Amino acid sequence: MAEEVILLDFWSSPFGMRVRIALAEKGVKYEYREEDLRNKSPLLLQMNPVHKKIPVLIHNGKPICESLIAVQYVDEVWKDKSPLLPSDPYLRAQARFWADFIDKKIYDIGRKIWTTKGDEQEAAKKEFIEALKLLEGELGNKPYFGGESMGYVDVALIPFYSWFYAYETCGNFSIEPECPVLIAWAKRCLQKESVSKSLPDPQKVYEFVLVLKKKFGIE
Amino acid sequence: MAEIELHGTWPSPYSYRVLWALKLKGIPYEYVEEDLFNKSPLLLQYNPVYKKIPVLVHGGKPICESVIILQYLDETWPQNPLLPSDPYERAVARFWIKFIEDKGPSVWVVHRTSGEEQEKAVKDTLEMLKTIEEQALGGKKYFGGDKIGMVDIAYGVIAHWLEVVEEVVGIKMLEPYKFPRLHAWTKNFKEAPIIVDNLPDRDEMLVYFKQAREKLLASA
Repeated sequence: MAEEVILLDFWSSPFGMRVRIALAEKGVKYEYREEDLRNKSPLLLQMNPVHKKIPVLIHNGKPICESLIAVQYVDEVWKDKSPLLPSDPYLRAQARFWADFIDKKIYDIGRKIWTTKGDEQEAAKKEFIEALKLLEGELGNKPYFGGESMGYVDVALIPFYSWFYAYETCGNFSIEPECPVLIAWAKRCLQKESVSKSLPDPQKVYEFVLVLKKKFGIE
Repeated sequence: MAEIELHGTWPSPYSYRVLWALKLKGIPYEYVEEDLFNKSPLLLQYNPVYKKIPVLVHGGKPICESVIILQYLDETWPQNPLLPSDPYERAVARFWIKFIEDKGPSVWVVHRTSGEEQEKAVKDTLEMLKTIEEQALGGKKYFGGDKIGMVDIAYGVIAHWLEVVEEVVGIKMLEPYKFPRLHAWTKNFKEAPIIVDNLPDRDEMLVYFKQAREKLLASA
């Protein structure tokens, strides 16, 4: 049976990285297509008419939009390898809760760190560290959020690690002294090829942020 | 201690999502009304991250966030399934549930604001309704097809709470001629078995949401 899997994505998107990691964990062969977000392809507009955003996973011509929905879809379709969600319904609910927490907090607060300054930036930095500390609490002394192997929450969070250097440099602060356990977890994840091949170089992300700041007129 | 407890508040559409799912699946439960102005120590213990309702407690273990609770119920009690069995159709259902989670709050902004801020929220709400009308429902009776599913449950706020907000603020948004499919769905949903017997009283809601608006505007 011929499987056609295409991922419409943008190199620095943490949401796109989630789907890359999930596909790699499952050993799925797919075609990666880089979108120009200032000039979105007709295919993207057709496959995600509601939001017109990446990532979009296209499986045999049918689109799946929203990164965590795509990750769950990949987990359910290619279920014979590397399960990402636990099989127990209560543990699944906990995993979904923390992935949802990451969605609600990390991207928006992180964005505030590089788009604001002064009091607003200080407040964002504080909120960001608080959110990371809550996640550290959830990790506990497990090697991964998923337990002995990477799971749904690991996949949801690890892409943001590629943005930490940009947040730290723009915000003039350091995350590791506040959240050493989380940084150790991140480095552990990066040992895995599915992660290291899916995340961009943090230096490149920082340079991209500088370009965006200039474009939006943020000092 | 009851096996299943639902901690909620009577005017909350999020509370009702869980209640509907419990009743549709015939799951016995005990309901605990929470006072949001005086949150119980138990609620704060069960939901330390957000301190919100609804919380489902099963055998002493809490599950928070209404959509997560719905999926937990569907996976633990598979009778009368609320999500499709096909993975692609499940992804589509999850997409529309996320859509109302992301865009639905504009209704509450309409409720608690005035002037320009309210005008923008009304615009956002109309855009949301247009997308649902044109892309989510198709020609089906319910979002779930012939039977109510998780998407219908998630959209319950549009069926029963939107009209209350409309009356409180005096702005009609879901006009039948503009949104015929969605309007038909709201009637079908409210007349469906189980749902029809489990809707908060409209007059009581009008009083509650009118008072809430006055309080929120005063403190803004």
